[in-house]
Amino acid sequence: MSRNTLTAGLLLGPLVLLLLGNFLAPIALLLTHAVEDREVAAAWPRTAAALREWDGRTLPSEAIAADFARELADSLQAGTFAAAVNRLNYDSAGWRTLLARTATALPLPQGATLQALGRIDPRWTQRESWLALKAAAGPYTASYLLSAVDLRRSSGGGLERVAPNQAVFVNAFGRTFGISMVVTLGCVLLGYPVAYVLAGLPSRVANILLIFVVLPMWTSVLVRTTAWMVLLQSHGVINDLLIRLGVVSHPVELIYNRTGVYIAMIHVLLPYTVLPLYGLMRGLAPVSVQAALSLGATPLRTFWEIYLPQTLPGITAGALIVFILSLGYYITPALIGGPADQMVSSFIAFYTNQSLDWGRAAALSLALLLATGVCVALYGRIAGARETVLR
Amino acid sequence: MIELHPGTRVIDLLNRRALYCGCALTLAFLIAPLVAIMPLSFNSGSFLTYPLAGLSLRWYSNLVTGGDWLSAVGNSLWVATAVAVLATPLGTLAALGLARLPRPVKPLVMTVLLAPMFVPVIIVAVATYLVYAPLGLADTYSGLILAHTTLAAPFAVVLINAALQGVDPSVLRAAASLGAPPPTVMLRVLLPLIAPGVVAAAVVSFATSFDEIVVALFLAGTEHKTLPMKMFEGARDEISPAITAASTVLVMTSLLFLGVVEAVRRRRENNITIRSGGK
Repeated sequence: MSRNTLTAGLLLGPLVLLLLGNFLAPIALLLTHAVEDREVAAAWPRTAAALREWDGRTLPSEAIAADFARELADSLQAGTFAAAVNRLNYDSAGWRTLLARTATALPLPQGATLQALGRIDPRWTQRESWLALKAAAGPYTASYLLSAVDLRRSSGGGLERVAPNQAVFVNAFGRTFGISMVVTLGCVLLGYPVAYVLAGLPSRVANILLIFVVLPMWTSVLVRTTAWMVLLQSHGVINDLLIRLGVVSHPVELIYNRTGVYIAMIHVLLPYTVLPLYGLMRGLAPVSVQAALSLGATPLRTFWEIYLPQTLPGITAGALIVFILSLGYYITPALIGGPADQMVSSFIAFYTNQSLDWGRAAALSLALLLATGVCVALYGRIAGARETVLR
Repeated sequence: MIELHPGTRVIDLLNRRALYCGCALTLAFLIAPLVAIMPLSFNSGSFLTYPLAGLSLRWYSNLVTGGDWLSAVGNSLWVATAVAVLATPLGTLAALGLARLPRPVKPLVMTVLLAPMFVPVIIVAVATYLVYAPLGLADTYSGLILAHTTLAAPFAVVLINAALQGVDPSVLRAAASLGAPPPTVMLRVLLPLIAPGVVAAAVVSFATSFDEIVVALFLAGTEHKTLPMKMFEGARDEISPAITAASTVLVMTSLLFLGVVEAVRRRRENNITIRSGGK
C-alpha cells in the first residue's frame, strides 16, 4: 500500500467510522428486524423450541401443553408476556383475549393438559391455534416480508393473499410510485422550459432570476409546506382570489387531497430539475443546432433531433433525483395530504410510533430501500456514463 | 457578433412569447408562496387571507412571548451550530482523503459517503432511534447532534470536493519543492485556497440541521424541541398567523445564508480571475 493511500485512509477514517457506526450499522440492525421473530421464543422458550420440532399433523403432545402452561405463568412474572401477545396479535386479532383468558385461569387445578386448556378456551384443542404459535416460534420469519407485499403463509404452507381489509401495502407502494411519477413528470415539464429560457439569457439576468429557483431551495421544507397550507386552505388566499375573480362560487378542495400533495411536492422538488438542466444547457455549444438549422432542418425538427437528445442526460439526472427524493417523502404528504395520500414513509412512521411493530416497519423499510437503491444505481450509471463521454 | 444560444431560432417557432410567459409563471409559482405569507404575518386580525384587517406586530410579539418559540429557536441554533462545527472538519478531511484515493476505489467510497443523501430519511430516523433508545441517546442534544452530523457531512464532502477541483496542483507542488512539509502545505497553502468551500460547507451543514424535521421528530423529546418540530406541531393542529411570522423570519434567514454563500462564491471567482491574469 502506498503512502498516499495510507494518508487517504487516515483522512477518510473519521467520517467513514461515523457513517459505519451511526448510519450503516443502525440501518442494518433495523433491517434484521424484518426477518427476526424473537418475542414468542423469548417469553416461552421451551414451548417455542418444542413447537419448532413438532410436525403439526396432529395436536401437540401433552408435554408441550404442560410446558406452555408453566411458561405462560412465568412470562407474566418476567414481564415478557405483553411483547409475545403483541407479536401474536399482529397475525390475528383473537390472540389477546385468548391469552389473557388463559393466563387468568392459571394455574390449572387438575394439571395442565390439552383438555384442561381446552376447557378454558376451546381454541386450545384446535390444531390451527398451535400452528399459529409454531409460525411465530422464530427465530426467523418471512411473514413480515410477505406482509409488505400483502401475502401470508396459508395454513397449508403455501402463499395466499391477506384479507382485503388488511391488504394495504401493495396499494401504498403503488401510490408512492404513482405520486413520485406525477411529481417527477411535473418537475421536468415545468423545469425544462425554465432552464431553457434562463440558459438563453445573458448570465447577469439569469443569475438574478436564478434566485427565484435557489431561494426556495434554501428555505426550510416546513416553511414551504406550511406556506402552501396557508394558501390552499378552503378559506385561504387562493380560494378567496378564485371566488373574487368569479372563477368558482364555492371554495375548491385544494388541501388534504392529492392535488395539494402534487402542488407542494412539485414546488419543493422543482429546483432539482431546473439547476442540473440549466448547468447543462449553459455549457452546450450552439454549433450542432446552428448546423442543423443552416442545413434546412425545421426548428421543431432541430429541437427534437438535436437539442432534446443533447439535453437528455440533464433530464434523466434531474428526473431521477426528484424521483429518488419523492419516494422517501413523509412530511409534505403528512401535512397536506389526506388519509388516502399517505406514502410508504408514513406507514413506516406509523408502525414505529403507534403500533411499535418493528418487524413490519423494517420490512417496509427494506422494500423502500431496495426501490431507492435501484434508482440510485441507475443514476450512478447515467452520471458515470456522462463523465466518460465528457472525458 | 450576436451570441446565438443553441435554441434561439427554435424558440421562434415554439413561440417565444408563450415560452417566456410559461417560464415567468413557473418562477412566480416558485417564489409566490414565500412572498405571499410575509404580509399575512403583519395582519392584525387572525384570518390568514387578504385583505389585511390592519397592520400589527402582534404575531411577532407572540413568537417572543407566547409559547415555546424562543426556546425552540435556541435549541435549533445550538444543535445546528454543533453540527456545523463537527460536520465541516469531518467533511473536509474526507474530501482531502478522497482526492488521494486511487481511481478504481474512488466511486465506491464516494457512494458510501453520499449514501445519507439518498436513503429515505424516515429509514434513517427509525434506525437511529432503534439504536439510540437503548443507549440513552434518544431525547438528548448529543443524540440529535450526532444524527444530524451524519446527515450533514455528505453535503460538506460534496462542497469541499468541488472546491478541491479548482485548486491548481502545481501550487501545492511548488510549496512542497520549496521545502514545506506536508502538514504545512495543507494548512498554509491548501486550506486558504479552499476556504470559500469550507465556509459553504459550514453554512450548508448548519442549514441541513436547522431545517431537519423527520429525525428530530423521532429523536428529540419535548425539552429539545427544535424550530421545525414546533412548526410541524403548529401546522398539524391549527395554523395560526404566528406560523407565518416564524416562516417570514426563516425565509429572511435563508436569504441571508444564500447571500453569504453567493458572496463567497463571487469572491472565489474574482480571485480566480485575478490569479489567471484577468482572463
